[in-house]
Amino acid sequence: MSTIAFFGAIESGLIYSLVAFAVYLSFRILDFPDLTVDGSFPMGAAVCAVLIVSGINPWFATVAAFFASCCAGMVTAWLNVKLGILNLLASILTMIALYSINLRIMGKPNIALLGEKTILSPTETWELPFYLSIPFVFTMITLLIFIGLYWFLRSQKGLAMRATGANSKMAKAQGINTDRMIILGMALSNGMVGLAGSLFAQSQGSADVAMGVGVIVIGLASLIGGEALLTPKNIFRALCACVIGAIIYRLAIALALNSDFIGLQAQDLNLITAILVTFAIVAPKFKSKFANKVKPNRD
Amino acid sequence: MDFMRAYLSKNIVFSVISIIIAVVLVTPTHAAGKKHVAITQIVEHPALDAVNSGIQDELIAQGFVKGKNLKLTFESAQGSTATAAQIAKKFVGDSPDVMVGIATPSAQALAASARGIPIVFAAVTDPVSAKLVKSMQDNSGSSITGVSDLSPIDQHMALIKQVVPKTQRLGVIYNSGEANSASLVDLVAKYAPQQGFSLVKASVAKTSDVLSAARSLIGKVDAIYIPTDNTVVSAFEAVVKVSQQANIPLFAADTDSVKRGAIAALGFNYYDLGRQTGKMVADILKGKKPSEIPAQGVTDTELHVNPAAAKSMNVELPAELISSAKKVVKTGF
Repeated sequence: MSTIAFFGAIESGLIYSLVAFAVYLSFRILDFPDLTVDGSFPMGAAVCAVLIVSGINPWFATVAAFFASCCAGMVTAWLNVKLGILNLLASILTMIALYSINLRIMGKPNIALLGEKTILSPTETWELPFYLSIPFVFTMITLLIFIGLYWFLRSQKGLAMRATGANSKMAKAQGINTDRMIILGMALSNGMVGLAGSLFAQSQGSADVAMGVGVIVIGLASLIGGEALLTPKNIFRALCACVIGAIIYRLAIALALNSDFIGLQAQDLNLITAILVTFAIVAPKFKSKFANKVKPNRD
Repeated sequence: MDFMRAYLSKNIVFSVISIIIAVVLVTPTHAAGKKHVAITQIVEHPALDAVNSGIQDELIAQGFVKGKNLKLTFESAQGSTATAAQIAKKFVGDSPDVMVGIATPSAQALAASARGIPIVFAAVTDPVSAKLVKSMQDNSGSSITGVSDLSPIDQHMALIKQVVPKTQRLGVIYNSGEANSASLVDLVAKYAPQQGFSLVKASVAKTSDVLSAARSLIGKVDAIYIPTDNTVVSAFEAVVKVSQQANIPLFAADTDSVKRGAIAALGFNYYDLGRQTGKMVADILKGKKPSEIPAQGVTDTELHVNPAAAKSMNVELPAELISSAKKVVKTGF
């Protein structure tokens, strides 16, 4: 694997760790299976691309993408808590609606950002080679979100949100407005996904309405893979698991892309990726089993 | 530093080490003296696969033989934009002599990370609005060129008029989310009125929607036209089935669909488009610069007809049309 491919995988991993954060917030903290993600990812990209193309400051466009996708999450939560639609169905409804909405936002299915001024444009003048400077920017953004989320989940509001997901009856009895917590949590979760979408569009050179396909799967795989490695017992570890899971998933793809040397073909890519991710998760367990056998049992 | 130890648990260290070992194992060794062409396409699809084999055959015809004096890498993103971006990074890291991107998302992903490596795109309908080239005529200062697959829509409309003169309402099924299809349908809307057709659009989001979209056109249209839309072409048989049941003449934009049951198509085949692209790639390998080669449209079109399919949709193909066809498909329906 070349250096550029390696850091390319890290770069994608950093973007998708934001999605993993979002999935952690919805699936784990709020216990809300949220498929809106497949729509809010391209929504972030769409909003950001439209604003950038019309000449607006790229940082503003990125922040706007965050808030636009927040609204998508709020709609899902609202369908669930106010209209009483089952959470999974509510998120599916929003997701399919977003496909049309994203087309409306962009006016066409693909907006090219090649040559436009993005938040990554200033890195071109840096001393660093491009394959390092872009991951550097994304590391900073991911770190910022990491710290923000960590702080939030330990704050009064965050604790109320965790209580809502853990035991909503109990939370209500403690005077927590659980409806409001679900709406806030879903807004934050989808906002982060939209942010990831906008960053992806800017690094990849275009926003495409089909770019959301399977984002939820990547987010879930990253989260669960990271959790299997880190067995998170607290928030800090759980957030670390998101980042590590996402990066390992993208590294697995980068590795799979280099697997042609053993006679595998392009069409085998997804299978290899699945096998590598399985290996990354299972290998440490095998190792500890092996270690246990070698050590004499003390009892 | 108790917590540091907790987070850098043995598990992670072990995983990271196994990944690094794997990375080292698969680091490619550079073959000296060989030209290197790296091809990527967004998804497995009959038309795009044909482009790929066209490119490879043309490279052989031009004297670049895989394994001898050519290193050829091929990757498919299997439908994922995220993977397309990573494939682009891998290619740039391998620094080949030419990178080929088949279909818009793959070509854009290459363009985003190319850093000066020549790119040849193929099967991109509108390279200008995809920001791959500044214009179709002038390509100075650019390291990107390629072949567009924009269909000659005006000729398609004339063909429909010739086969089914009584057509008044023309149905189009397409995926409104595909950049290529959206611009094609805009062109259909522009040229259909010239033949006296009013346009009825049915849009789909995925292949499983195609059958119901086709059914929704029954009774509303006199003929159906399918543009070169990846989603609909993937589920073309569903449209054929509905057309046969409801006796609605079905026309396609790509000739590959004629043997799958369309009455006629005036198209180009994607294999030839691949050959045309392959010629550009060979020119660059031989020393020409992409800036000296303007982007091209498809050069030759050909008519394919399927009289059996026409019969199953209750249409008689004019004899002079059959005799002028490049290929008459003889599969039974």
